[in-house]
Amino acid sequence: MAESVGVKDLKVVEGVTCPFCGVTCDDLVVHVEDGKIKEVKNACVLGKDTFMHHLEGWATPRIHGKPATVDQCIDAAAEILAKAKYPLIYGLDSTELHAQRKSIELADLIGANIDHTSSVCHAPSLQAVQTVGISSCTVGEVKNRADLVIFWGCNPAEAHPRHPSRYSVTAKGLFTPRGKRDRMVIHVDVRPTPTARMADAFIQIKPNSDYEVFSALRALLKGHELDQTEVGGVAIDEWKTLLEKMKSSKFGILYWGMGLTMTRGKYLNIVALLTLTQELNRYTKFQAAPMRGHGNVVGMAQVLTWQTGYPFAVNLSRGYPRFNPGEYSVADLLAHGEVDAALIIAADAIGNFPAKMAEHLRSIPMIAVDPKESETTKVATVVIPSAQAGIAAGGMAYRMDHIPLVMKKVVDSPYPSDREVLERIIAKVAAIKTGGNGAHR
Amino acid sequence: MSERRFTLITGRTTKQGRSVHLGKDAKEFLDEISTLQMNLKDIEVLGLQEGDQVQLRTSHGSAVVRCKKGDIPQGLVFIAYGGFINALVGSDTQATGMPNTKGIEVEVERYG
Repeated sequence: MAESVGVKDLKVVEGVTCPFCGVTCDDLVVHVEDGKIKEVKNACVLGKDTFMHHLEGWATPRIHGKPATVDQCIDAAAEILAKAKYPLIYGLDSTELHAQRKSIELADLIGANIDHTSSVCHAPSLQAVQTVGISSCTVGEVKNRADLVIFWGCNPAEAHPRHPSRYSVTAKGLFTPRGKRDRMVIHVDVRPTPTARMADAFIQIKPNSDYEVFSALRALLKGHELDQTEVGGVAIDEWKTLLEKMKSSKFGILYWGMGLTMTRGKYLNIVALLTLTQELNRYTKFQAAPMRGHGNVVGMAQVLTWQTGYPFAVNLSRGYPRFNPGEYSVADLLAHGEVDAALIIAADAIGNFPAKMAEHLRSIPMIAVDPKESETTKVATVVIPSAQAGIAAGGMAYRMDHIPLVMKKVVDSPYPSDREVLERIIAKVAAIKTGGNGAHR
Repeated sequence: MSERRFTLITGRTTKQGRSVHLGKDAKEFLDEISTLQMNLKDIEVLGLQEGDQVQLRTSHGSAVVRCKKGDIPQGLVFIAYGGFINALVGSDTQATGMPNTKGIEVEVERYG
């Protein structure tokens, strides 16, 4: 909680949750002076810059590129969404749970397709868990118990800098009192990423060979001998050694990243991985977990699943939820030119999408809700600046291991929160649909 | 040899994650997302020097970036997520929802 330390315009906020990556470190200490962030303690470089530069590059309210008030922008956004026949709501992983919940309410109201940045990130992981289930655990269990940690197709040294020190490499726990000395860390990837430097062993595999490798490991685990001398560019004997380490560990965890979800095989890579780790439980306690990117990326899948039954790529055009990746997923909706309006919130769709997808977004009425200017706000029909969740707006977020945490507001913003923007759009759209003026619902 | 086929890997880097907070038009961010990491031997085979501009071409489009020596195996090239890779990535998802964003076949040649 915020505590005054006696100086009028100085406050120190402790126990702040970082909104940047999926580790959502909840031990940050933020010093605020005259309403501005002056210092951030305990954060990694990525988290520190998230707070220290939060004032840079703010978006401004505008319609068709011309300055407007936030009220005018919300009215214009509501007009676009109320008129749309097959709209898209997309983004949402860099905001808090209440805003995410409101986005689903809006999608229901206008019969929208709703998808989030997981769709082009860890959606294949979600599909794999739907297919075969998952043997998993919290990061706390990893800290306290894991004596074998495998990072496969992920690079926490650069993407999740405090994960190794808080939970998975040097962290000291109940049954791992000596930290790194009580753990073996193995990194598997197509290139020696900076994570290889903190690992005891690095296994370099060929790109797009992960499914083959997991299948080979499963065969070896079942006692089959393979005809090949190598799989994925690595000698069979090396895979046998890895397997023995997995079987003989007391508590193993395999963390995976987009090296598996974005390559050939997609969710089938993860199905093979999850099946392998489940089968290892015949020998020992073995877990698997995805390394999630954005701060509250897990939250959107949680809320969407709770509300509709499905974790991403949900269509509400018939008044009830339908789920079909490849049809209602953002990449396919845009590549096929199917949606006629879009609300992009807490994400830079244009800045991250393949060119063909971005091309369709540019051709339709698009609303961007974002604290900062981006490639998306540059071309949006309506730009609504919002208070950045976790810095200028409070709420809740799910950590990458599905533990809910409180996000604190540490500074004020002249702009409304994502939640408030969505609530006001919902009220206005509801009024338009019933012939009112949006003043009351 | 002036042109060769490589496998393109995209991903996060610390510099990209830090500089994005300065804004998508910030020089630090644009420099990082327009830098292609290559094995030194591949740079030499293509007759390039660090800092030279190269053109990347896939079946979906092309982009011009700078090359830099990186800790990466021969035959692979790496670039940070950002606007420069968007032209190179196709939108087909094989009905999964996910475009092929890593492990893409790409041609690399000197530009200019």
